[in-house]
Amino acid sequence: MKNLLSATALLLASTGLASAEGVLQLYNWGNYTNPELLAKFEKETGIKVTVTDYDSNDTALAKIEAGGHGFDLVVPSANYVPIWVEKGLVVELDTAKLANKGNIAPEWADVAWDPGRKFSIPWQWGSTGVAVNTKVYGGDINTSSVWLEVPAELKGKINVVPEMNDIVAMATMWAGGAPCSEDTEVLKKARDALIAAKPDWISMDYGATEKLSNNDWAGSVNWNGSSMRARVANPDVAYGYPKEGYPLFMDSAMLLKDAQNVEEAYKFLDFIMVPENAALISAFARYANGIAGSEAFMPEDMKTAPEVVIPAEFKDKGVFLPTCTGKAQEYVTAIWTELQK
Amino acid sequence: MADRRFEPTRIPGFATVAVLAFVALYLPIFTLVAYAFNGGTSIAVWEGVSLHWFSKAWENEAVKSATLRSLTIASLAAIIATGCATLAALGTTRRRAFKGQTFIYVMINQPLMVPEIVTAVALLILFGMVKQWTGYQGLGYLVLAHSAFCIPFAYLPIRARLEGMDLSLETAAADLYANPWQTFRHVTLPLLAPGILAGAMLAFVISLDDVVITEFVKSGGQDTLPTYMLGQMRRAITPEVNAISTGLLGLTVILLTAFFLLTRKKA
Amino acid sequence: MSISEDAAAARSVRNAWALSAPALILLTLAAAGPLLIVLVYSFLSPGKYGNVEWVFSLDGWRSVLYTKDIFDDSLQLADAHLTIFWRSVKLSLLTTGITFLVGFPTAWFIATRPPRARALWLFLITIPFWTNLLIRTFAINEVIRNEGLFNTVMIKLGLFSEPLRIINTDAAVLMGMTYVYLPLMVLPLFAAIDRFDMRLLEAGYDLYASRWQVLRRIILPIVKPGIIAGSILVFVPSLGAYVTPRVLGGGKQMMIGNFIELQFGQGRNWPLGAALSMSLLIVVMVALLVYVRAAGKEGHGHG
Repeated sequence: MKNLLSATALLLASTGLASAEGVLQLYNWGNYTNPELLAKFEKETGIKVTVTDYDSNDTALAKIEAGGHGFDLVVPSANYVPIWVEKGLVVELDTAKLANKGNIAPEWADVAWDPGRKFSIPWQWGSTGVAVNTKVYGGDINTSSVWLEVPAELKGKINVVPEMNDIVAMATMWAGGAPCSEDTEVLKKARDALIAAKPDWISMDYGATEKLSNNDWAGSVNWNGSSMRARVANPDVAYGYPKEGYPLFMDSAMLLKDAQNVEEAYKFLDFIMVPENAALISAFARYANGIAGSEAFMPEDMKTAPEVVIPAEFKDKGVFLPTCTGKAQEYVTAIWTELQK
Repeated sequence: MADRRFEPTRIPGFATVAVLAFVALYLPIFTLVAYAFNGGTSIAVWEGVSLHWFSKAWENEAVKSATLRSLTIASLAAIIATGCATLAALGTTRRRAFKGQTFIYVMINQPLMVPEIVTAVALLILFGMVKQWTGYQGLGYLVLAHSAFCIPFAYLPIRARLEGMDLSLETAAADLYANPWQTFRHVTLPLLAPGILAGAMLAFVISLDDVVITEFVKSGGQDTLPTYMLGQMRRAITPEVNAISTGLLGLTVILLTAFFLLTRKKA
Repeated sequence: MSISEDAAAARSVRNAWALSAPALILLTLAAAGPLLIVLVYSFLSPGKYGNVEWVFSLDGWRSVLYTKDIFDDSLQLADAHLTIFWRSVKLSLLTTGITFLVGFPTAWFIATRPPRARALWLFLITIPFWTNLLIRTFAINEVIRNEGLFNTVMIKLGLFSEPLRIINTDAAVLMGMTYVYLPLMVLPLFAAIDRFDMRLLEAGYDLYASRWQVLRRIILPIVKPGIIAGSILVFVPSLGAYVTPRVLGGGKQMMIGNFIELQFGQGRNWPLGAALSMSLLIVVMVALLVYVRAAGKEGHGHG
């Protein structure tokens, strides 16, 4: 019966006869949702989407766990997806209501953090690498040595984003280990390198797009989308993929267990899997999405951008950070605390 | 002007420091307003004059509703906090020390003593339970939380004003058969007004600026301007926010000018 | 003491409680009361992914002062925590001192304007704060950065030959915190100075007191409640400051607020965060009571 209803609703929506005024509460990263996407969705379905922002996975998790939040959809990062599932905060998606699920690109259709994509629909994905002003430093930038053994030209001019999991994982991979390693030899090497390099960093801060553009910084550990925006403003900025290993991330939309607008949520999830709509998401925040065929609708400058299209030689160096637990997490926090002292 | 009249209230250097302080206060505001007119997408790289961020902000429903929500919460919180703080200040000053005075004092100042994140987590857990229990998810929680942490900011200036305030006028009023309410209304309150004004302005500004507690207490669709900005911080901040701030500043200046012109006519 | 005096005293105490009741109720509901949750949490075990597990543990409290070395499990003094705490105290004290040095003349200046202009100046102090804290902090950054307004003007004027690096130093954090907390000092000072009877100054000068003597012997004692209020309003919140040190200091050095935030966030150690908060609360409370009591006693000496 429910399926029939939603199928009817879908039909109504697709023929533009939508009359039922619905609402949807989306809880998403700040500055991540294209207003044009929401306008288009409202025009097609009559459903008004309200976006509320968060700025960290942990805040979002704590908030939903506390209850009484009023949200329907949330967009956690890959390494948090299993936590949401394990805690029972989200529900398994009903594939029957997601006609466009086949649009998910093959490489994203079955992922380690959500086998079979039972719980999550791709939103955007990207990488954490190093952006460097090539006028200041002409050497190899496809290595974490740029920020862990800072070359003389970049001393006092390079920034590191204050993302504990990304930074400790990159240092661990640079030291020869894997993320969430419990190998104390590797961790010691990573910690010592971080602490030795810290005096050479100008800061541990966000805002790389600005500060790379206006030459406040000559380099930064940074996300690819932000690096691309910096390059557009300042052509000297290039983005490197550390060959020792660099983190990949993907944020995916999930349906909350206590969602009140379930049908509307399904419509929205299905809507963002339409290639044209997925391209709208990417055009706004400048990260790739996981929908096959969306490339055709992407802005011209993103189709060939070296920040978005990972060069073949570095493709297998990208790693999705696993969810560290127990001892491994303690190591990460302890190293981070020591680094910040 | 060699023969300047001796001004007892003049302390050498004070005026200079004050003027410098005002210059320093407004210098960043000047750059903030300037970048609201930036043609480019940056708050730090100048790319020519344009009004497009103003129109963009005006068209952005999320920003508009967040701004309105911030102002609503700040006004309500300032009124409630200043009301409670005035009463508490009247209750705790100008009387003989009594048992429990320290307790009241500590309670009132408690919101100052822990970093915001702590209150935020505590409120998240408590309000989460209440929200599920009552089913009410409205703006009331934010108003309640803001009112509470604004109380010390309103209380301390009012108390500072009250302490050692001349009692003789109030005694005189009582001698002239004014009842306590009349005495308060016509004698104490006018004397106290500058303290209340200072307290209310502080409370308003503090509420307007709050990020952390709001972030943890808000329900769906309850972003305020600071939480909206916080969400932008990790990626990139555009001059849109400068445009909103400039708009708010402009509005304040217009309201103030109107207020002063009107009161001048009366006087 | 006569019976009627006793009754009057009792009535006075009853009134005190009645008048304070609304504030106390509000604070119990939305500030002090919920802190009991944090107190309880400090005695629990950390959950696997943040939050807590309902298993009693003293680890949170133990970790405030002692940490297990991550590599050899030996117990040692948590010098990272102490360094962070000491840095916060130092910066907060300096901020309080500087806001007072700048704020007192400013408040005095405002309070000695003609009555109508006074309100205008008072508003002028708060208007910059109608803009958002984050964007204001970014604007400060814009003024003091290497290619910013300040350095550009100084170089154009020929006063500097090369830009003075202020950004991402402790000086930048201090400037930013002074900026942010200045009204918290000026407004209570103003409220205290404003009720001051300026004729006392004339009396002082008539008795051949020097300016310094007038300032020290007449003005400061009377303005003292304002100084106490202002210092508390600046010192205590700046201890837990979060945004300013992060944006202007470049985030390389944590303050206690950032550190507690880390425990509730990425660090996933809520009990330690809770225990750290409680420790901070206790330290601040004791310091505050000692300060207010000492200041109060000294005040009585002057009458």
